[in-house]
Amino acid sequence: MKKLLYKMPESLSGKEFTYCPGCHHGIIHRLIAEVVDELGIREKTLVVAPIGCSVFAYQFFNMDGTIAAHGRAPAVATGMKRARPDLYVFTYQGDGDLAAIGTAEIMHAANRGEKITTIFVNNAIYGMTGGQMAPTTLLGMKTTTTPYGRSAENDGYPMHMCEFLKEAKGIAYLARTKVNTPQDVEKTKKAIKKAFLAQVKGIGFGLVEVLSTCPTNWGIDPISANKWLEEHMIPEYPLGVFIDKVGDEK
Amino acid sequence: MPKVKGYIEIDQERCKGCGLCINACPTKVIELSEGFNSKGYHPAEAKHLERCIACGFCYRMCPDVCITVYREE
Ligand SMILES: Cc1ncc(C[n+]2csc(CCOP(=O)(O)OP(=O)(O)O)c2C)c(N)n1
Ligand code: SF4
Ligand code: SF4
Ligand code: SF4
Ligand SMILES: [Mg+2]
Repeated sequence: MKKLLYKMPESLSGKEFTYCPGCHHGIIHRLIAEVVDELGIREKTLVVAPIGCSVFAYQFFNMDGTIAAHGRAPAVATGMKRARPDLYVFTYQGDGDLAAIGTAEIMHAANRGEKITTIFVNNAIYGMTGGQMAPTTLLGMKTTTTPYGRSAENDGYPMHMCEFLKEAKGIAYLARTKVNTPQDVEKTKKAIKKAFLAQVKGIGFGLVEVLSTCPTNWGIDPISANKWLEEHMIPEYPLGVFIDKVGDEK
Repeated sequence: MPKVKGYIEIDQERCKGCGLCINACPTKVIELSEGFNSKGYHPAEAKHLERCIACGFCYRMCPDVCITVYREE
């Protein structure tokens, strides 16, 4: 007898992801789908996809959804949630989307305490457009627009969205995680579940920043990218739970 | 000898040969196959299934959701 332990969650459509080999976007999609399955809310959940490599996210989830203009996902999600408070709405956004062009939208949605959930995928670069510097790019990191490495003097400092957001009173759950090891994948799943529970329980806004790899634009293979994230991103972006008003799962 | 016996299936047509499952597997069950799939990748292959302990690490790390894990009972 074989007992099934892990298989593709129902909340994924089964359509093949368009991501590069080893890209963490796929792991993060799967975790969201597992959480939505476990909460039993698939038919009531709406995804707002961003502009970025995950622009087709709405096709990969087995749920209704839309794409917002670059950075505007929290504004679109606000409208959806206020029109249909009986549904659950989440945005899926990259660091270029959320921390550059969309900084105003995320700050205000969080501060208003919109009852939506945001999954923020920070890979320290603009992936889709070919590896330009993002506000989250590390100092010294080479990108197509910082060919000699990012310098604080010329390009400013890496942007810490969780640390900026943590003063917002409307936030019910705020955490930074990573998915470069199986143990971290499990921890990220728990954080994503809490960010959804913040909405399901009607407490407030929930956000998880997931540190993520972009092997293609970092110019290294997927396994080295997992190590690079550990060695370079963790010192700049320490993991942690910044706000938790959700409490225990039940 | 491991007490738990596991079994995995890999959807080789979905696989992009990234190797993250191979790197994550504690008992070295998986290798990249010599052949190609229709996307042109060398897909992952469960070459040493007898060593599988059903830990699910390969499933957890696979970015393309190619792996299904079972426990033999
Ligand atoms: C209004 C507007 N400005 C700029 C762009 C070009 N653009 C597309 S994706 C992107 C950045 C995406 O980076 P990120 O959000 O980090 O996502 P990733 O691809 O890294 O997952 C930019 C600048 C656009 N599509 N629309
Ligand atoms: S360019 Fe980077 S972020 Fe985009 S799919 Fe490829 S690896 Fe992922
Ligand atoms: S379930 Fe664990 S032991 Fe079995 S192949 Fe996957 S990683 Fe290896
Ligand atoms: S992790 Fe998934 S996509 Fe990568 S080699 Fe293994 S089965 Fe293939
Ligand atoms: Mg990015």
